[in-house]
Amino acid sequence: MEIVLSLAIGVLTASGLWLLFRPRTFQVILGLALLSYAVNLFIIASGRLRLDAPPIIGKSAEVDPSAFADPLPQALVLTAIVISFATTALLLVVLLASRGLTGTDHVDGEDGEL
Amino acid sequence: MQNSPLLLIALALPFLGSLIAAFLPSRARNAASSIAGLLAVASALLLATHFQNVLNGEKLRYLGEWLPSLGLNFSLRLDGFTWMFATMVLGIGALVILYARYYMSPQDPVPRFFAFLQAFMGSMLGVVLSGNLIQLAFFWELTSIFSFLLIGYWHHNQGARDGARMAFIVTGFGGVCLLVGILLLGRIAGSYDVDTVLQSGAIIRAHDAYVPALIFILLGAFTKSAQFPFHFWLPHAMAAPTPVSAYLHSATMVKAGIFLMILLWPALAGTTEWYVIVTSAGLATLVIGAWVAIFQQDMKGLLAYSTISHLGLITLLLGLSSPLACVAAIFHTMNHATFKASLFMATGIIDHETGTRDLRLLSGLARYMPITATLAMVAAAAMAGVPLLNGFISKEMFLAEALDAQSGTLIDLILPVAATIASGFSVFYSIRFIHQTFFGPPPTNLPRQPHEAPHWMRLPIEILVIACLLVGILPAITIGPVLRMAAHSVLGDQMPEFSLAIWHGFNAPLVMSLMALAGGALAYKKFGARLNAVEESPIVGRLKARRTFEAVLAAVVDAARALHSVTGTAKLQTQLRLLIATALCMALTPFLFMGYSRGPEPDTLIDPIFALLWVIGGLCAIGAAWQAKFHRLVALILLGGSGLATCISFIWLSAPDLGLTQLLVEVVTLVLLLLSLRWLPQRKPEIWLQERIPASVRLRRSGDLLLAILGGLGMALLSYAMMTRPIPPTISDYFLDNAYSGGGGTNVVNVILVDFRSFDTLGEITVLSIVALTIFTLLRRFRPAPESVERPHQQRRQSKFDEEQEHRSEGDTLEHYLFVPRIIMQWMFPIIITLALYLLIRGHDLPGGGFAAGITASIAILLLYMAGGTRWVEARLNVQPIRWISLGLLSAALTGVGAIVAGFPFLTTYFNYLTVPIIGDIPIASALIFDIGVFAVVVGTTVLMLIAIAHQSIRSPRAKKPVEPSNPAKGEAG
Repeated sequence: MEIVLSLAIGVLTASGLWLLFRPRTFQVILGLALLSYAVNLFIIASGRLRLDAPPIIGKSAEVDPSAFADPLPQALVLTAIVISFATTALLLVVLLASRGLTGTDHVDGEDGEL
Repeated sequence: MQNSPLLLIALALPFLGSLIAAFLPSRARNAASSIAGLLAVASALLLATHFQNVLNGEKLRYLGEWLPSLGLNFSLRLDGFTWMFATMVLGIGALVILYARYYMSPQDPVPRFFAFLQAFMGSMLGVVLSGNLIQLAFFWELTSIFSFLLIGYWHHNQGARDGARMAFIVTGFGGVCLLVGILLLGRIAGSYDVDTVLQSGAIIRAHDAYVPALIFILLGAFTKSAQFPFHFWLPHAMAAPTPVSAYLHSATMVKAGIFLMILLWPALAGTTEWYVIVTSAGLATLVIGAWVAIFQQDMKGLLAYSTISHLGLITLLLGLSSPLACVAAIFHTMNHATFKASLFMATGIIDHETGTRDLRLLSGLARYMPITATLAMVAAAAMAGVPLLNGFISKEMFLAEALDAQSGTLIDLILPVAATIASGFSVFYSIRFIHQTFFGPPPTNLPRQPHEAPHWMRLPIEILVIACLLVGILPAITIGPVLRMAAHSVLGDQMPEFSLAIWHGFNAPLVMSLMALAGGALAYKKFGARLNAVEESPIVGRLKARRTFEAVLAAVVDAARALHSVTGTAKLQTQLRLLIATALCMALTPFLFMGYSRGPEPDTLIDPIFALLWVIGGLCAIGAAWQAKFHRLVALILLGGSGLATCISFIWLSAPDLGLTQLLVEVVTLVLLLLSLRWLPQRKPEIWLQERIPASVRLRRSGDLLLAILGGLGMALLSYAMMTRPIPPTISDYFLDNAYSGGGGTNVVNVILVDFRSFDTLGEITVLSIVALTIFTLLRRFRPAPESVERPHQQRRQSKFDEEQEHRSEGDTLEHYLFVPRIIMQWMFPIIITLALYLLIRGHDLPGGGFAAGITASIAILLLYMAGGTRWVEARLNVQPIRWISLGLLSAALTGVGAIVAGFPFLTTYFNYLTVPIIGDIPIASALIFDIGVFAVVVGTTVLMLIAIAHQSIRSPRAKKPVEPSNPAKGEAG
């Protein structure tokens, strides 16, 4: 599983980075979305892989921490998902506004590199 | 040492007043000045209650803990010297406020002036009262900032802006030096506490780092106190309103440098380095300032250079390092503040009543304003050092010290001569100041007919002049105790014997004083008339300090520009490439040194379905990257594919909350991106389609590809190395242990979000709200590109079809488009809303929570938009997203405040279980209210964003031309 997840993170990162370097804002937005998938998976992986052990505990006083997946990276990623949604939306609107203003969707607001 | 919270109140009052004044309407001149004056007096009275304590030699303290673990506390101290200084700052401040009430024109935004002035007063008080050196440097910077604002108060005036900028750059530069010096000093003394530093003088002076620390601290003091060669900013600061000059250049600002030198005198003075640097700077400033003052034509310019000269005198005294000289320095600090403040105020009156400050134009004003003339004459006589006035006594002490300091060095030899000559100059310019203005024939060509100023405007001057006289005639009983107290708290055991008297017998200082008086008077008689024709001061005028300053400034700016043009780029792509390449190199470095190896933990067994999932997910990602340029819709769908794979992985890896939230966010993001597609320009095919792609483009693309692959490879290797290593102990165990017993929830992730780390979540929803408002604002001014304004292709085709059919009118097809799905979507609204509420309530115990619920609810609204069209929804459903956002933020914040009210730290949760018939136990925790706040914010922000974008489709056709006037966009899907 570790190998599969590592490769998945690698492929997502590579595709995201490639798009990040592109000149068109739409491509950059997609690139950021792919990168955020990769980073979120990476953070989850930092709690190591646990199958069938969601951090939903019983109501008893004693809790065995080793029986559950690490909740901390999950809380972090939950925050990250929402924030990356907000940044994507913001970037999208900046892109639209810039396109309306400058007439181009190049990241620099003027057609330079293609 | 006694702890006194009064100190904190005294310091806080001016800042409070500043805040109040800042919110007053701009015409509220009386309110602003009364509040300012009363608060300054109140603050001074608070300190006066401690007079008896400091007179007995006690030291008062206020210590507020800030970061005790780092030894950083907010600390205030009050001893005899700081009491004297603080009272001077507040007392003259109160007089300046009274004066400014009448000086400032009702046309100016006067409350803003008082806001700046009081903030400045508070900062100055902070410098004086600070018990910690770093804190002192902080207030020191504040004085620079507020003096900048005060000098530049008339910001429509170029001179004011330039003067403010120059003062700020010079004193700001000094402030940085001071901070460096203080850090060094604190390092040497082992503490930043002022008293500790003062007690370790011997260690400090013997230390290797003494000289650099001394130089940096003196750079700070000299720039602030306008010592040569940093004196040039002070005359330019005269562009400020006169009350500001009266305050900044008498009792505060420039005296901050003097204050610092006196404060640190026990720790730093007494060495050869101190003597050479401080004495020579003081001497040069004394002589040059007095010389240049003679040739000024602007009354304020004359006073400015005179201030420089007197500051030089005080610095010189401090440089001499003898205790008696230090006493004289403290004494002259007070005297200079009184007579210089009154002279500035008198100048302001003359300027106010005649419309000019030019000495060449003014003449014979004594007959128009006799009282002001008398007051100014007394103050000027004090400045010149005429007997029976306070300036005489401290100047006498200065001359005695100049004669006394004889250890055979060159400075010592020229000191008495230079002191006498400078005193002569001082007499010279004082006579010129008075004689030109008040005597002679009646003035002609004045902008205004001169007359006496209102009584209340003269009152501050009268008080100050009476002080000059009282101190000058009865020094021992008026100022004696205060001076003794102030000097004693600085000097301690070194306290010398001195007597404050007018008559010490016929001795050498008196002779020098008389020579100066006679010489100055004679010189004025001989040369005075010729001075009106002089444009710049001889000899020293050649130095052109201002031009040098501007040349240096221009050079610095040019150099920065050149550096930026070489190293910087405005191109985002280049920046990103550099950023990623740097990150790669940084990440690679440790592996180069330590080598790469997988960890000891065995791999978990690969599930073929999981592998297959990521074969698809990976292909989707690559496909999206490949197609994003020409086939945006395809790329979006492929992106959704990898998003889905990520979602499933979350669930697979025991993170149901994440899977749920990711899925919902995925939906909303996709819709957002789809909505935006319409506004993007049509992609033109490659311009190099026919010919070969240029080599440079190929090279760039291969470089990008290489960088991307390296990055991906690096992340894969890093993840693998990380995942195969055992996890170190983290705080997660604590969260698991306490989630139920401490937080009352079984869904640990949710408990972390709304309880353990709820402060983070509060910050996060604030960010969300800000983003939503930003989007809303950006889109209000949105102007689509011309080619996007036209209706979409499909709608045009439908309309055309309608026109061609006889029994159809235009818009019918549009209305019936997707009719069945539309009904279904509309019916799903209540169901989805119920689901959202269910997710919200169960969130504390099971996957769900405010985020997921909020996004679900917004999806319900989104579906309505998609089904019914923007207009349909807006006509039926009044979602007020901004209200949702504010209510959400309020309820989240109030939950936190509630905990404070109940006596717990901010955002502490309270929880219990409530038994409801049929449903059973439901958890009632204050965290739930917090989570409802999160829910409301998420609903509000998401809906606000969507509405803002969807709404564009309505207004865009109007931007061009009412193409379809009768039936606009009924079934438009936004």
